[in-house]
Amino acid sequence: MSEIPADLRYSKSHEWVRAEGDLVIVGITDHAQAALGDMVYVETPETGDRLKAEEACAVVESVKAASDIYSPTSGEIVDSNSNLVDNPELVNDDPYGDGWIFQMRTDNASALEELMDAEAYETFCEEE
Amino acid sequence: MMQQTELNQIHRDADGKMVDFAGWDMPLHYGSQRDEHHFVRQDAGMFDVSHMTVIDLRGKAVRRFLRHLLANDVLRLKAPGKALYSCMLREDGGVIDDLIVYFIDEQYYRMVVNAGTTEKDVAWIESRLVDGIDMRVRDDLAMLAIQGPNARQKAMQAMSEEMAWIADEIAVFVGAFCDDWFIARTGYTGEDGFEITLPETEVADFWSALVRESVKPCGLGARDTLRLEAGMNLYGMDMDESTSPLESGLGRTVAWEPAERGFIGREALEQQEAKGVERRFAGILLEDKGVMRAHQKVLTTEGHGELTSGGFSPTLNRSIGFARIPKGDSVACDVEVRGKRLKARIVKLPFVRNGKICIEL
Repeated sequence: MSEIPADLRYSKSHEWVRAEGDLVIVGITDHAQAALGDMVYVETPETGDRLKAEEACAVVESVKAASDIYSPTSGEIVDSNSNLVDNPELVNDDPYGDGWIFQMRTDNASALEELMDAEAYETFCEEE
Repeated sequence: MMQQTELNQIHRDADGKMVDFAGWDMPLHYGSQRDEHHFVRQDAGMFDVSHMTVIDLRGKAVRRFLRHLLANDVLRLKAPGKALYSCMLREDGGVIDDLIVYFIDEQYYRMVVNAGTTEKDVAWIESRLVDGIDMRVRDDLAMLAIQGPNARQKAMQAMSEEMAWIADEIAVFVGAFCDDWFIARTGYTGEDGFEITLPETEVADFWSALVRESVKPCGLGARDTLRLEAGMNLYGMDMDESTSPLESGLGRTVAWEPAERGFIGREALEQQEAKGVERRFAGILLEDKGVMRAHQKVLTTEGHGELTSGGFSPTLNRSIGFARIPKGDSVACDVEVRGKRLKARIVKLPFVRNGKICIEL
């Protein structure tokens, strides 16, 4: 069974979101990393990129395939995880910690309320 | 309903991530595809390849028949047990399948063909079969590939003393029977090792014995990255019925001599050769960061081509692939990866052999 921390929010495309005010950290879930397999490359967004909600903004490539990462909300990229350039396996080893992918400042914090909580995401994974 | 090998439950018990491979329920990996890859390069790993098909051909006319059926010439096989890689072609030169054929004796050859092509292969062979040949599809057999620098030694420790004694004597690209087991020193990884064909009733015990000798179970994912590094073609990706061996890097497996041997597809290949083959098949090494995948576009100064296989090489820590590109001398090229043009280099295959990197990085 994959790990689903109770204090995060989740998207249907398997990103997790940690929000503190209008600052939002995004990564992919344990369930997603396990399904994708060993990561070999991560392409992160550029600081300053402006995103719409559900816009493809990063790519994780595993030994198996490439997968888009979608922005959970609209806003601007303020940071991305440069450690992933040389250590993409951090996404496998610590998906909710050192494997975070980018940080953004949202202009629509209330939209985050519409994402799933841990319980709903667990049900979502089981049904998928 | 997907087909299962005899080891299906064992793969599931070992946490194998099961996927549909050509209608077979097979393990992609057992946790980490990358670790499994390194294990084969550095020590010993094993693959359940029982989905592949063994076809035994016996009879007085069998050698003559195979000299007609296959693009490579079984007459090259002199020593009993010797193996030959060959394409089986259509009349128009398209590749029906690639296979290994073993010369057991004058009236007995054994072929190993791909899982996904078994049905059409058997139909093709049957439609051309002549009197005096008995063809048997051996679905009573399982097959394991044990590969890596320590694979032979560990495999022999898992065998009876008598069998290990026989196995120890087997030369590269040769197979030998020990009762109803067939032990061949062949593989699809670029490492030393065995491919062992045995009764499926005995495969679970042998698999367990290999696990006790610390041979690591490996899935089809690692098998693919290993063969890619080793510069070995995969049927359906790197060649198929719409491509000829001459534009798939397999020209050296077509035996032109003797000129009077009329194998199926010969005329078509001769015409291609006379006209000049316009595309070459080469290795591609990505210089930029990213991962190349099959069917992405390759741009050279002579024109553009396409990746037939692509992926990430754990040994090189870079992305590698094979491509069919216009003939020429260019070395530098670009590859279109997800809307971006990345820098890459055309290289001679293989990328890796016997644990050693064969190209300049």
